[in-house]
Order: sequence, then structure tokens, then C-alpha cells
Amino acid sequence: MTKKSGPAGWREVTTGCVVFRPGSASEYHTGSWRSERPVWDNQKCIKCGICYVFCPEGCVQQTEDGFFKADLDYCKGCGICAHECWPRAIKIVEEG
Amino acid sequence: MAKRVGMEVAIAVAEVVGQCNIDMAAVYPITPQSHIGEHLSDLVADGKIDAEFITVESEHSAISAVIGASGTGARVYTATSSQGLMLMHEILPIVSAMRLPVVMGIANRAVSGPLNILNDHSDIMPQRDCGWISLFVENGQEALDLSVQAFKIAEHKDVNLPVCVNIDGFQLTHMVEPLEFPEQELVDKFLPPRVPYATLHPDQPLTMGAFAMADYFTEILKAKDEALKNSKKVILSVWDEWAKMFGRKYKPVETYKTEDAEIILLTMGSMGETAEMAIDELRAKGVSVGLAKLRLWRPFPFEEIREVLTKAKKVVVTDRAVSFGGPGGPVCSEITAALYHEAVRPAMYNYIIGLGGRDVPVTDFVDMVSKVAGDEIKAGAYEFLGVRE
Repeated sequence: MTKKSGPAGWREVTTGCVVFRPGSASEYHTGSWRSERPVWDNQKCIKCGICYVFCPEGCVQQTEDGFFKADLDYCKGCGICAHECWPRAIKIVEEG
Repeated sequence: MAKRVGMEVAIAVAEVVGQCNIDMAAVYPITPQSHIGEHLSDLVADGKIDAEFITVESEHSAISAVIGASGTGARVYTATSSQGLMLMHEILPIVSAMRLPVVMGIANRAVSGPLNILNDHSDIMPQRDCGWISLFVENGQEALDLSVQAFKIAEHKDVNLPVCVNIDGFQLTHMVEPLEFPEQELVDKFLPPRVPYATLHPDQPLTMGAFAMADYFTEILKAKDEALKNSKKVILSVWDEWAKMFGRKYKPVETYKTEDAEIILLTMGSMGETAEMAIDELRAKGVSVGLAKLRLWRPFPFEEIREVLTKAKKVVVTDRAVSFGGPGGPVCSEITAALYHEAVRPAMYNYIIGLGGRDVPVTDFVDMVSKVAGDEIKAGAYEFLGVRE
């Protein structure tokens, strides 16, 4: 679980909870929610990128060799990539 | 002194909002509010005020549009009534959570069903816990004065909360009354341009309306509750300033002949003036009675309510809405709760009156008080006044 740097007590809450630091949401690692993770079988992967397109978290990235992987700091294990992957190259496996 | 003019109150509210240097308004028409929105739109279209009027497809959109505009730092206004307010309900707690100083006029009208366009308070009562400052007016002049004050209260640096001004539908909105408009120079002096806490601007990116889970949610809601409670200090100081500049005084609980009264009648909204006449009639007959008029609904004025009502032996609260299957009227229930911990507290009587526009003449107020004076009705219970058996 990522440590968040929010207000310690109610007096420190900014008016209307305005967040003045852009991009701070990236500090919240939603990967801590995950109970299952996607695993790619690159023997079956045709590098079509449909997993990249459909990932609602935007955490599927293309590697230098053209295959894909999920950034597990943010992947919630929703399984949409595996559902959309028509060559069936992605398997959802339970977290150990 | 400003000149008095005869004008329909809804039109006059739009006129006075036009004097407040608003930047934007979004209003969807609904009876009996429509004249406010229509006239504001006229003022913009005729170039009389320098503001945007956004025509929207619903009240849900109207309140959402003013949130966006307010987020950019604009001074905004909207108005609605009844079903329109119910449609806005989903967004109302978000406005207060985002601490945006939106000002809204509400032409109070009964909520369906059955469908009914006339006045009671069943539209505002379900919005009670949405975190808005909520004010009630008794006549057209108060509707004008409080509509101007609302911007100053809402935008104050120690408040930053939305304010709604409750104006009884038809009974007030559609009356032609002699009204005194504040002079423009004085309004400009009273109401300087808004200085926003934060604004949506590409030069300084920031987030409004972010997500919060259980780890921060309680702290955020506690901060909102404290902000609303603290707003009372500002409201009182704004009323002091108004009295100095415009000569009319406002208090959280207005009183009429309550000092020595054994029985105190309590109203909220336009029925106060009718009730005053009943107090005079009853006093002439030797009944020791006075009238308290609740102006500030949120934040609830606990100190003032205790100060005024604990002197009485009996308190008769009139409600214009029903909490079905609950304690009766919402106003009485809150006043009773406010007095519960007092060592000496009055017996409480609750009448539900004026539902869906049913007329409540002076004689009805006289009857209510007379029944209480003669112990003809039970304390702690509530009664639908004049309901046919």
C-alpha cells in the first residue's frame, strides 16, 4: 500500500479539497487494489496493441521489443485486457 | 434614500441580481420561479448587464453549469423551484463540498405528488443536509436585500459556501410590492469583485472535485461542517454592515412581542406577517403571546433560538412540510432538539400548515394559539391544521 501525503487532520484539508499540485494522482498506486494480474504469453501475442487501447487505467505499455506489459503499480487486475485479447495471449492469474 | 417602486417580486429579484455584477447565470424555467430566469435573460440579451446567460436543458444542467463557471472564478447565480430543486439535489452537496460561492434563489413550491404548483416548503426541506447556507424571507424587500447579501456571504474568504434564498412561491414571487432598490454605487461598495480561493486556469493547473476514500472522507466532511457553522459569524457581520449602509436590520431569529410572552408562535417565510396580525388580535384579547420568525435555517441558530424560546412556557411551531412517518414538521423537530438539553424548556406544539398553497388566514393563527392556550391540544404531538376528517 502506497503511503499518501494528504492532510493529517481536518484542519489541514484545503478549502473544497482543491489539489494544487498537478499530477499528484500518480502517487496513488491503485495496484494495491489488485487480487488478480494479467500475464502475457508472447508466443501467442501478435503485437496488435488492443490491450493497450482498452486498458481503462492506461497502465499497459509497449516494451522495446514490441510486446506489451502492465505497470503493476497501477494495474487493478480488472481483466479487460485479457477479455479483449482475441489471440488469447493474456491470462488473468490470481495474486500469490 | 433610494426610490420605492412597485414591481413583481420575481422580476425585482432578477433586477437586483443584475445589480450584483454577476458574470454568469444558468436558469431553467419552472413555475413559480420562471420570471426570475426570464427577466435575467432579458437583462443579458438587452445588454443591460455584462454577463453570460446559459440556456440549459434541465435544472441538473443549470446547477452543473454554475459549478463550472464558479470554478473559473466567476460570480454566478441560478434559481429554481420544487421539482427543479429536486432534480438539482444530486449536485447540491457537491457545490458545498467544492466550496463554491453559488447563489440560488428558490421560489418555494410544493413537491409532487400530487402535482401542485403552489407554495409550501417541501422542496427545500429535502435539501436540508446538502451543506448550503439557507435563508428565508418574509416579504419582497427581504427577498431583494438577502439576494444581494447572499453573494457577500457566499464569497467571503471565511465562508466559500453556496447560499440559497428561499422566497415563498406566488405568495411572494408573484406579488407586486412597493420595493426599495439599493443604489448601484452602494451595491458596488457593499459587494466588491469576487476574490476566488482557487480558479481553473491553464497557467496554474489544479484539481477541483477530487476523489477521496475512507482514509480522508471523515476529515473532509468534518471540515465542511465546521465551515458551515463558522459562516454564522460572517452572516451576522454582513447583516450589521447592511444595516449601516441600507438601514434595514436582519437577525437569525426575528421577534415580535416575545419579551414577556408565555406562548411563542414560530413561523418561517412569508406567513410571518399574517401571524403578526394574529398576535395583535390575541394580545388585544389579553393572551400573552409573541412571534418568533426563523430567518436562518442553515447554519441553525441554536443560541438565538434558545435565547428567545426558553423564556416561554409554550412554543407553537408552524411547519410548511411534513417528515412522513417521523416527528412531524422538520422545523419543530429541530427546535425541539435545540431545546432538549435546557434545564427549563417550553412545551412544544406543532402545526403543519399551508401545504400546497392552502391559505392560512389570521383567524387560523388565532385558533392555533387559542387551542394551545386552552390546553385543547396535546404537547409533543403534531396536527395537520384544518384537515377534513
